[in-house]
Amino acid sequence: MAATATAPTKAEKTASAGPGTPRKARNFRQRAMTPYAMLTPGIVLFLVFMAAPIAYTLVLSFQQKKVSGLGLGKGAQSTVFAGFDNYIRSLTDPEFTASVLRVLTYGAILIPLMLGFALLFALLLDSRRTRAGNFSRTAIFLPYAVPAVISSLLWGFLYLPGVSPFHFVADRLGIALPSLLNPDLITFAIANIALWGGVGFNMIVMYTSLKAVPQEIYEAAKLDGASEIQTALRIKIPIIAPSVVMTALFSMIATLQVFAEPTTLRPLANSLSTSWSPLMLVYRDAFTRNDIYSAAATSIIIALATFAISFLFLRIVQKRAFGQEN
Amino acid sequence: MSTPTEIREKPSFLSTGILILGALYCLFPVIWVVAAASKSSDELFSTFTFAPSVHLWNNIVELTAYRDGVFWRWMLNTALYAGVGALLSTWVSALSGYVLAKYDFPGKNGVFKVLLMGVLVPGVILAIPQYLMLAQLGLTNTYWSVLLPQIISPYGIYLARIYAAASVPGDVIEAARTEGAKDMYIFNRIALPMMLPGLVTIFLFQFVAIWNNFMLPYIMLGDDTLFPLTVGLNGLLNQGATAPALYTLVLAGALLSIVPLVIMFLFLQRYWRVDLAAGAVKA
Repeated sequence: MAATATAPTKAEKTASAGPGTPRKARNFRQRAMTPYAMLTPGIVLFLVFMAAPIAYTLVLSFQQKKVSGLGLGKGAQSTVFAGFDNYIRSLTDPEFTASVLRVLTYGAILIPLMLGFALLFALLLDSRRTRAGNFSRTAIFLPYAVPAVISSLLWGFLYLPGVSPFHFVADRLGIALPSLLNPDLITFAIANIALWGGVGFNMIVMYTSLKAVPQEIYEAAKLDGASEIQTALRIKIPIIAPSVVMTALFSMIATLQVFAEPTTLRPLANSLSTSWSPLMLVYRDAFTRNDIYSAAATSIIIALATFAISFLFLRIVQKRAFGQEN
Repeated sequence: MSTPTEIREKPSFLSTGILILGALYCLFPVIWVVAAASKSSDELFSTFTFAPSVHLWNNIVELTAYRDGVFWRWMLNTALYAGVGALLSTWVSALSGYVLAKYDFPGKNGVFKVLLMGVLVPGVILAIPQYLMLAQLGLTNTYWSVLLPQIISPYGIYLARIYAAASVPGDVIEAARTEGAKDMYIFNRIALPMMLPGLVTIFLFQFVAIWNNFMLPYIMLGDDTLFPLTVGLNGLLNQGATAPALYTLVLAGALLSIVPLVIMFLFLQRYWRVDLAAGAVKA
C-alpha cells in the first residue's frame, strides 16, 4: 500500500525537472487522491468479502435449477430465473417457521436474563460497598475468552445425567431430575450456554460506561439523601441507558445467528434437529441437500431481519458518536 | 435503605455475595473441565463429577498420539488464523479509520455510511457465498480461505476512526507534512503509535472474533490438518458419539485450548474498556 500512495507519478517526475507551478498542481492532485489510495485496502476487502458475497447471494436467491429429461449429461441442467419462488418456499416452509419460533423463544429467554444479570453485576461492581470486585469481574468476564464450540462442549457434558453434579445430588436425595437435553428443555440448555458466554462481556460494556460518569453527580445525590438503590435506579441506569440499548441490539443480532452452540450439542442431544436454528437450516440446505438457491433466499430473509435491527443501531450511533471530530 | 452517610461505605454482604455467586457460576464449567480432563474414560461416567483423578498426563499423551499430533496442529492453526488475521485486520482498520477521521475528501461520508452498514451484516450469512466464490478460484480448503475473509472489520474501522479523532492531533500531522513527510510515513510512524492503546482493543476484539468463528472454517475446510481448534474439537466430539473413549481426549483438548486464552485475557484485561454507545474508549 505504501507503494501506491508514495510511488513517483509521471507528474512528479516532470515537477522535479522544472520547479514552479507544475509542482503545486502535482501536490494538489496527489493530495486529493491520497485519502482514496489509503482507503484502498479497506475498500477492496469490503467489496470482495462483504459486498460481492451479498450481491451473489441475491442473484442466487432469484434462481433455480431446471432439469430437462433425466437430468443426466451435459446441458441437461440449467439455471433459470425463479422470481420470488425461493422466498415463498422458504417463508412457507414449516421447518423454517419452526426454527424461527425456536430462536425467538431462545432469545426471549436469553436476552432479558443476560442483560438483566449484566446490569445487576455492573451496578454491584460500581457500588463502593462491594468487596472482592476484581475477582468477580475477572471471573464473570472469563467465559468471553472461551469459544462457543468449547463452552457448548463443556456444558453439553455437564447436562448429561451421568456426569451432571445436579443429577448426582438429586439421585442421592431420591429425586428424578429431567435431562436438560430432552426436547422440552433443550432451548433452556442452549440459552444457558449463551448466557454463560455473554453475560461478562455485556457487564464490562455497562461497567465501562458507569465508570465514565463523573463522581460529583453521586456526591450530589448522596448529599440530597438519595440511597444507593435510588442512585442506581434514578441516576446510573438512565445515564448508561444507551449502552444497554446497544448491548440489547448486539444480543438480538447474535440470537438470530445462533449456530455453533446447537451444532456442537447435536452429538450429545438426539433431540436437536439439523434445522434447529435458521442458520442450521441454511447450512443443511446448502451443503447436505445441495439446494443453494433456497439457502440463498433464506439467508437474505435472515439478513433483512438483521438489517431492520441494524437500522435502529445506525440511527443511535451516528447521532451520538461523531460529534467530537470537528 | 436510608442508611446514614457515615456508615454507607461499610461492606455489603448482599452485593458481594451476589457477585461471588455470579463468579462461581462462570467458573463452574472451567473448574469441572480441570477435574474431568484428569479422568480415564471409565471414571468419566462413574466417579463424582468434580472428583479429580490422576490421568491428565496420560490423556494429553493420548491426545498427542491421536492422528500423529493433529491436535497441536489445530492449536498452531488457531494461533495463525487469530493472530495473523487480527494483526492484519487491526492495521487495515487503523489505516481506514485514520483516513476517515483526519482527511476531508468528497464521498467521505458515503464511504463511512456504507462501511457502517457492514457492521451488522452477519458474518455467518456471508460464509456460504464466500465459500462459493472462493471455490471458483480454487481457494477453498486453504489457509487463505479462512484468513482473508476475516481481515475486513467494519466495527474495527468504526472504532479506529474514534481513536484517531481522539488521539492524533491535527497540528502534528500538519507539522510532519510541512517537513515533507509522506502520508503513509506519517500514518505508520506518527499516528499509529499514538493510536496504539485503542488498537490493542481492536486487536483483541478481532482475535476473539476469529478464534470464536466456527461456521466459516467449518464450511471452508475439509482437510483436518488445516482446522482451527473449534472445528477440530467439534469433529472429535462427533466421533465420540460412536467411540466414547474419545470423550476424555475431547475434554483434555478443551482444557488445553482454553489455557492460553485465559492467560492472555488475564494479562490484557485492562484493554477491555469499550463504551459501545458513546463510542468513547478509555484506554
